[in-house]
Amino acid sequence: MADVAVLSAQKVTYVPATGALSALWLLVVLPAAGAVVLLLSGRASAKWGPYLATGLVGSAFVYALVCFFSLKGLGERSVDLHLFSWIPVAGFQVDAGLLLDPLSMTFVLLITGVGLLIHVYSLGYMEHDERKHTFFAYLNLFIAAMLILVLGNSFLALYVGWEGVGLASYLLIAFWYWKPEAATAAKKAFIANRVGDVGLSLAIMVMFTRLGTTSFQGVFGSGVHGGTATAIGLLLLLGACGKSGQFPLQTWLPDAMEGPTPVSALIHAATMVTAGVYLIARSTPVFSASPDAQTVVTIIGAVTLVIGCLIGCAYDDIKKVLAYSTVSQIGYMFLAVGIPGAGAFAILHLLTHGFFKACMFLSAGSVMHGMGDQVDMRRFGGLRKAMPWTFGCFTVGWLAILGVPPFAGFFSKDKIIESAFAMGGTRGTILGIVALLGAGITAFYMTRLMVMTFFGERRWTDGQHPHESPWTMLGPMVVLAVGAAFSGLLLGPTHGLQDWLRPVLGEEVVHREVNATLVSLVTLAVVALGAVYAWVAYGTKAVPLTPPVAVTPFTVAARKNLYFDALNESLLMRPGQYLTRFLVFVDNRGIDGAVSALAAGIGGGSGRLRRLQTGFVRSYALSMFGGALLVAGALLAVRLGQ
Amino acid sequence: MTPWLTILGVVPLVGALLISLLPTGRDLLTKQVALGTSLVVLVLTIVMCAQFDASSGDRFQFAQSYDWIRTFGVHYAVGVDGIALVLIALIAVLVPVVLLASWDDVESLSDGADAPAASRKSVKSFFALLLVLETMMIGVFAATDVFLFYVFFEAMLIPMYFLIGSYGGPKRSYAAVKFLLYSLFGGLLMLAAVIGLYVESAKVGTGTFSFEALTKLELSHATQGWLFLGFFIAFAIKAPLFPFHTWLPDAGAEAPTGNAILLVGILDKVGTFGFLRYCLPLFPWAAREFAPYVIALSVIGIIYGALLAMGQKDMKRLVSYTSVAHFGYIGLGCFAFTTQAGTGAVLYMVNHGLSTGALFMVIGFLINRGKSRLVGDYSGIAKAAPKLGALFFVSGLSALALPGLSTFVSEFLVLVGSFQRYPVATIIATVGIVLAALYILLTYQRTMQGPLSAVHATMKDLNVREVAALAPLIALMLFLGFYPKPVTDIVNPAVKVTMQDVGAHDPAPTDVATAAESK
Repeated sequence: MADVAVLSAQKVTYVPATGALSALWLLVVLPAAGAVVLLLSGRASAKWGPYLATGLVGSAFVYALVCFFSLKGLGERSVDLHLFSWIPVAGFQVDAGLLLDPLSMTFVLLITGVGLLIHVYSLGYMEHDERKHTFFAYLNLFIAAMLILVLGNSFLALYVGWEGVGLASYLLIAFWYWKPEAATAAKKAFIANRVGDVGLSLAIMVMFTRLGTTSFQGVFGSGVHGGTATAIGLLLLLGACGKSGQFPLQTWLPDAMEGPTPVSALIHAATMVTAGVYLIARSTPVFSASPDAQTVVTIIGAVTLVIGCLIGCAYDDIKKVLAYSTVSQIGYMFLAVGIPGAGAFAILHLLTHGFFKACMFLSAGSVMHGMGDQVDMRRFGGLRKAMPWTFGCFTVGWLAILGVPPFAGFFSKDKIIESAFAMGGTRGTILGIVALLGAGITAFYMTRLMVMTFFGERRWTDGQHPHESPWTMLGPMVVLAVGAAFSGLLLGPTHGLQDWLRPVLGEEVVHREVNATLVSLVTLAVVALGAVYAWVAYGTKAVPLTPPVAVTPFTVAARKNLYFDALNESLLMRPGQYLTRFLVFVDNRGIDGAVSALAAGIGGGSGRLRRLQTGFVRSYALSMFGGALLVAGALLAVRLGQ
Repeated sequence: MTPWLTILGVVPLVGALLISLLPTGRDLLTKQVALGTSLVVLVLTIVMCAQFDASSGDRFQFAQSYDWIRTFGVHYAVGVDGIALVLIALIAVLVPVVLLASWDDVESLSDGADAPAASRKSVKSFFALLLVLETMMIGVFAATDVFLFYVFFEAMLIPMYFLIGSYGGPKRSYAAVKFLLYSLFGGLLMLAAVIGLYVESAKVGTGTFSFEALTKLELSHATQGWLFLGFFIAFAIKAPLFPFHTWLPDAGAEAPTGNAILLVGILDKVGTFGFLRYCLPLFPWAAREFAPYVIALSVIGIIYGALLAMGQKDMKRLVSYTSVAHFGYIGLGCFAFTTQAGTGAVLYMVNHGLSTGALFMVIGFLINRGKSRLVGDYSGIAKAAPKLGALFFVSGLSALALPGLSTFVSEFLVLVGSFQRYPVATIIATVGIVLAALYILLTYQRTMQGPLSAVHATMKDLNVREVAALAPLIALMLFLGFYPKPVTDIVNPAVKVTMQDVGAHDPAPTDVATAAESK
């Protein structure tokens, strides 16, 4: 393992960008320009704005393809483009620069490709919204920020994109800001992300203090090791958990479904929430230098994948089920990216998930579109005849997430389960079994969703006439369904993606030979079990219109997000509120009063101030005591740190 | 050599004089003269900045010195280093913006039932006082004679006292008196310290107040300690640093919006500027000795200010408390003694001026429309006034230091620079970024999002003048967020000199150092 670390740490050579790649900044500028134009022209762009925005993302995608072929033709496939000196202060020199290598290229294609499809879909989905120009402006802003995130050549440049996508996500979740739930969900998402950002910020500070640099080239080439690597790794992981909705910061993601459905597909399934996986994969040299940090990554992944699919079983809201499914699937990616040498499978699953989850979200959007924005699956049923195309696309996505060969998930998820077992020892066995069980539960809740929505009796509310969506919506769904069907086959068994990513993620490590066929067969059996159980439970009996009350304590807990929200509330929110109220009281009565008294005493006394000081003796004493404690504590902290 | 600083100081006075000569009742002309004057100052400042040589070896540029009170060695001595220059530039930018933002504020006061009969006169004195204030503010940053600095430091209070006391909100006289008392108390301590410095300098030669001469004094540790405290407390009250902050929420809330911007945006910066200009170079030993205490107060201020901001019902008090938190970051940056933290602190002073200026302004516009300062009186305003909502949001983002906006650069520099010396304190300070997101987004949600209340359904959106007042601030925040180099290049040499004064060296990266040793 130590050999791996040294290998990857030393292989950091970036060549300057030339030829078609020297205009790399265009990738960011194209969508950013769209956002600026649409935001500044406001309502005037309502007619043409959406098309401009779509066109710009389309051009970015075309240019990304050009970049891909240029990069492929190069011997040294890591291209660095220096733009300008961003923050130059003595030893702290940060440049604005872009790095295109196989990893960022993969993401660029995913972001611009899926981004383009979702722009097209939104042309139909948002057609009747009077603020659609704003919607497209935010979408473009998101694409630009996401591209900065994956293209930035230093941790600080990544941070700009990192918070930029957080901003776009906030704006889009709160797109219908007059709905209090939407505004609250957006705020929750931003705050959870910020908690993660504390980790990312601190990681960058540790890098600068310990290694004297924050650029990828500098950090990865520094031979980072030992405690520094572990500290940086764990702090980066905190950042990744915030962005990717991983334990313990997962509760914001399901709430984020308050945003329009195309947003859920693009940001909260295919791209932004996978940024955490990108961050960890990008920092492979740091993580390979710290087995401890890697272990924590796998544990977080495993815990989250279980939490996600357990809660996913209990919800009746179609988007929330998909959201928890996303949480759980990203858990798989974290698990994989934490296993030494399995990084490529994490990215493979990220790509296939990008296709099948976006496909399912857009199909769900199509269902909602046809059902008057209904999201309760108990009010669906029998939709396969009314919406055959939507049904078809969703079915492909369903087969892909279940991992039925030859659909995409089979090649990516099985590889992760296999890698977990291949780690060997108790750890490998536990992680492997967890991943295997997760696959079974996933099959259960996805089949439940499938059956409740498209099969069985019609449980529609009166006056509903479900209809198939327009072609602007179906087109992108079909393209994504094709991806969900074949992307795994194309990238997995051919080792295409593994070979492509090897310069960034390093060599695969063979820990222990595992019988791949056996793992696949067992996985398929568990998946079949889950699916059949769901069919028996929901396909053979009538589905009640209201959720049953007499359920197991487990279901009750799952419906309440396993009490994570309640925990946050009672551990952080309420004490925070009490503390704030207490401090407001102290500040008004105590500190202010005490200083006023002092001022009045020294300044000769103004009548006004003298009136203030009467009756507050107790609060002076209280505040002085409190203040002394505070100062003592802070001093201790400062001294300790020195 | 052109006496740039003197010219900059005199121009606003001339403007104020012109206004006082105008016949009463010519309100529009009064405002135009005021705005014109401030724009002249802005143009002159830009020309002056262009002539500033960042690579020059001199500590002060555009320096001038004339005898003033010869018996005591007091000089009229002015000059700027990079730190003072960018703060003067901030004044030059903020004053015209504030004038534009306050354009109708004085009239709207005279509409009220409780307006004094002679309210017509107030337009004249309001704008004249603002210009006088501009002179004082430029003077305080340009002075290189400690006595002259003290004079400006105290004189600055007078126009501000009248502006708050005469044009402020319902509790204006309470707030004004409180502001004055706090400042006078600090000023008194500083005066004692200034005299102490003079006495010490007289012991070894001719007594002087010249800053450069005083930096060469060899003071005993005890003397340094006492004099440091004199300056420090005065500056800590001005800044304001926890626990000297309680005057700010009252003054910030009761002052008319334009004055609140200048108060928090510039006057308060005199405190943190004073840390870097006077506390560090004049008393290096004491500064090193007291640094951990100041860092502790700063970190408390960051968390305390943020928590209190969350608990406020009055929006202007809320913004004032956010400033207490932001001044905590500046204090941390000033006393961490690294080039990054110091440069970050100076940038923070500039960016905080822009950001809080924008936030105060947009909240002022909202209050003008809704006639209430309370968060709870608003809901869903973005629907009625989308531009107001959007600009409120952008100003809020700058307050929470979103990357891409200039406040991020300064905040991150402070943190990354402080982390090298005080990791635990910096970790606590970093938690402040979560709290900042909370108080901004909570306020935005409560006022701008949610259902639009019927009372405000017809609220007018921002007009051209109001957008024009906000636009330069937001443009600067964006520009300096992506390209802060022009400012860092100016500030950096001055910060390095200050670090040398205090005898601090940037720590080398530890892992790299050990790696080099083992080789």
